[in-house]
Amino acid sequence: MSYWRAPLDINTIEVPHGEVHIDIEQCKGCEFCIEYCPRDVLELSKDFNRKGYHYPIILKQGACVNCALCEMICPDFAIFVLEGKPSHPDIDDVLKREAK
Amino acid sequence: MKADPIGVATGNHYIDGDHACGEGAIAAGCRFLAGYPITPSTEVAERIAERFPLVGGMFIQMEDEIASMATIIGAAWGGPKVMTVTSGPGFSLMMENIGLAVMMETPCVIVNVQRGGPSTGLPTLTAQADMMQARWGSHGDYEVIALSPNSPQECFDLTITAFNLSELWRVPVMFMMDECVGHMTEKVVIPEADKIEIVPRKMYKGKREDYLPFNFNGNGEIAPMIKAGEGYNIHLTGLTHDERGYPTLNSEAQDKNVRHLVDKILKNEEKIRLLEEDQIDGAEVIVISYGITSRVSLKAVQDARAAGIKVGTIRLIVVWPFPEKLIRKLASKVKAFVVPEINLGQISLEVERCAQGKTKTIHVPHAGGWVHDPNDILKAIKKGVK
Amino acid sequence: MSEITEPTTSTLKIPKPKEPLDHPMQDYLRTERLPHIWCSTCGIGTVLTAFIAGLQKSGLDRDKVSVVSGIGCSGRAAGYLRLDSFHSTHGRAIPFATGLALGNPELKVAVISGDGDIAAIGGNHFIHAARRNMNLTVICINNFNYAMTGGQAGPTTPQEANASTAPYGAYEFPFNLPYLAESCGAVYVARWTSLHIRRATKSIAEALVKPGFSFIEVIAPCPTLYARRNRLGTGLDLMRFYHDTAKIQHGANTKDIDIEYQKEIIVGKFVDKDKPDFFTNRDNFLQNKLGDKYIPYKGTK
Repeated sequence: MSYWRAPLDINTIEVPHGEVHIDIEQCKGCEFCIEYCPRDVLELSKDFNRKGYHYPIILKQGACVNCALCEMICPDFAIFVLEGKPSHPDIDDVLKREAK
Repeated sequence: MKADPIGVATGNHYIDGDHACGEGAIAAGCRFLAGYPITPSTEVAERIAERFPLVGGMFIQMEDEIASMATIIGAAWGGPKVMTVTSGPGFSLMMENIGLAVMMETPCVIVNVQRGGPSTGLPTLTAQADMMQARWGSHGDYEVIALSPNSPQECFDLTITAFNLSELWRVPVMFMMDECVGHMTEKVVIPEADKIEIVPRKMYKGKREDYLPFNFNGNGEIAPMIKAGEGYNIHLTGLTHDERGYPTLNSEAQDKNVRHLVDKILKNEEKIRLLEEDQIDGAEVIVISYGITSRVSLKAVQDARAAGIKVGTIRLIVVWPFPEKLIRKLASKVKAFVVPEINLGQISLEVERCAQGKTKTIHVPHAGGWVHDPNDILKAIKKGVK
Repeated sequence: MSEITEPTTSTLKIPKPKEPLDHPMQDYLRTERLPHIWCSTCGIGTVLTAFIAGLQKSGLDRDKVSVVSGIGCSGRAAGYLRLDSFHSTHGRAIPFATGLALGNPELKVAVISGDGDIAAIGGNHFIHAARRNMNLTVICINNFNYAMTGGQAGPTTPQEANASTAPYGAYEFPFNLPYLAESCGAVYVARWTSLHIRRATKSIAEALVKPGFSFIEVIAPCPTLYARRNRLGTGLDLMRFYHDTAKIQHGANTKDIDIEYQKEIIVGKFVDKDKPDFFTNRDNFLQNKLGDKYIPYKGTK
């Protein structure tokens, strides 16, 4: 879909947000959450945890939309999301994104 | 606690050992049986298949004996008193899961109506050749209780005893009938329900956080049970475990766990012991027998006493745990033990071991298929007196 | 759970939590035994998450749910669940679960076990429980081999795949588990991969509340044995493979959904029908025959 102008009802749209919490000592570095996050919120850290695994860290601040796919797909119960405050989409951001 | 009258077929019956065993189970409060048909034990399951729908029990014929044993362990943790029935080949199949029942300390009764073996053997003829297997059949160190009835009346009475012992000690109890006793038809008197004493399962009623399914303290107390579905959220496993039931795979945990399984029975042998003694004091020879052989040997004993030999008899009712202390004590007082059994030497090995060389142990073996000729036992008694 | 340690190289400024935050599924887990034994990128942990989520979604009373596992990597699942859970002998999870379900009719019993445990040594029990329409939900985590004991071939190992007892590749014809379950009389048959996490959760929730025998096969990656022996990469590479090749075909004919080595995997809900479950069937039948004299089995007080 491409917009030539911002949709008129854009102010009624609420984008859900989530707070991602990562238990780095439980993580086994499988990278499922990083691979399958639909908003590319996570990336692999350069650091190791105590067991020697690289764990996920949050790359894009505020980008998580609380879909909880990471929480579901993590085999180690090491990551979960809590609901945060929803926001309205940034009009310029929408136009810029579509223009690419 | 008294038996539930709904399950007690009070009155005088003329039935065989298998049917009497079925009635005994129902009177004892058993309400779940999973089995697989095998001659000569099938009649027990058939009796129960007919009676359970009338007393509120659940009978299911499983696809094999392995499933039967696994099913009764699962069912026991769902609440009811449970039983399965089989014979030699099925007994061999059940061995792995008997180990599971021992490890999870699950009360259950396993009826083995012994027949000629090994392998398919003599399906319709008697033997007593599974006695060692009852004790050592599964892998690893453990102890179980095994009983041996010698009449259809005892098949009724001792089945109730078997259930009571299994609930008291949280251990599988092997009910070692033989085909002769199982297919023998005699008068069986079933008393009123309030004359039958049964031991109810000790259930835990306290807080979830304080419950431990096992007690490894060595103080002889058996931990109470719960049933799945009450919210205690227990975990039970066949792996070596700690008192919470969680797998703990190291040698200290193994020592605690396995010693408890063994000590639970061996240290309480005298409480579990059941046998019949006759004219032991001053005896020159003692005939030790069990099951159908104990009735056959009565003729030999009678003849020997008539000939002036001082013969005592011990009839083992609880065969395992073996009454070691008693046999050790008697060994120095007699010239010989005579052990007739329908196998080529099983319990006689135990007697010989406990005699510790202080006296002769004369086996009177029989490969199976029929009972002894009393004259063979008499010959052995006379040999013992020499 | 141990106190959560937030990553120090984070670029997001989250205020430090005042007390340790608990994973939402914490109540259903034996957290004192975590982290679990499964390898990094193994799919079994994901299936366990799906099970807990499915259980929460189903609305069942968790104290009346019991889980039985067999032996193997998948068989360790029961040990991590804070329900009445049982770890039985190899292949005998299904008859053990049958006993539980019959002994206490109030229970909902699920079996979580592996492909070898359920279809090889437990094969006989599987087909009979399905035939009887026993009230069980069987979740078979299929990683195509006996992983815990070193990667031996099993009844679901595809032809050509390498396994420790098939060093030149497996040549036996493997099982098509949904076909087997359907032909034995299962009333609910589905197959998912551990990637299809939300659909698997929904399937588990549906299967748990459905009376009768439900069977859900979940294909999961095994990085340390199956993937390594066949040079398929890590579990993540296998997940990418599932992403690229799995096709969802609800209601497909189970006869046509064989899994060949590294070829297309058909997933979906294949069977969802109604048939009297074991208890209903028995009660109706005996009630008919015995009338007033019949006393149904209701469990113990």
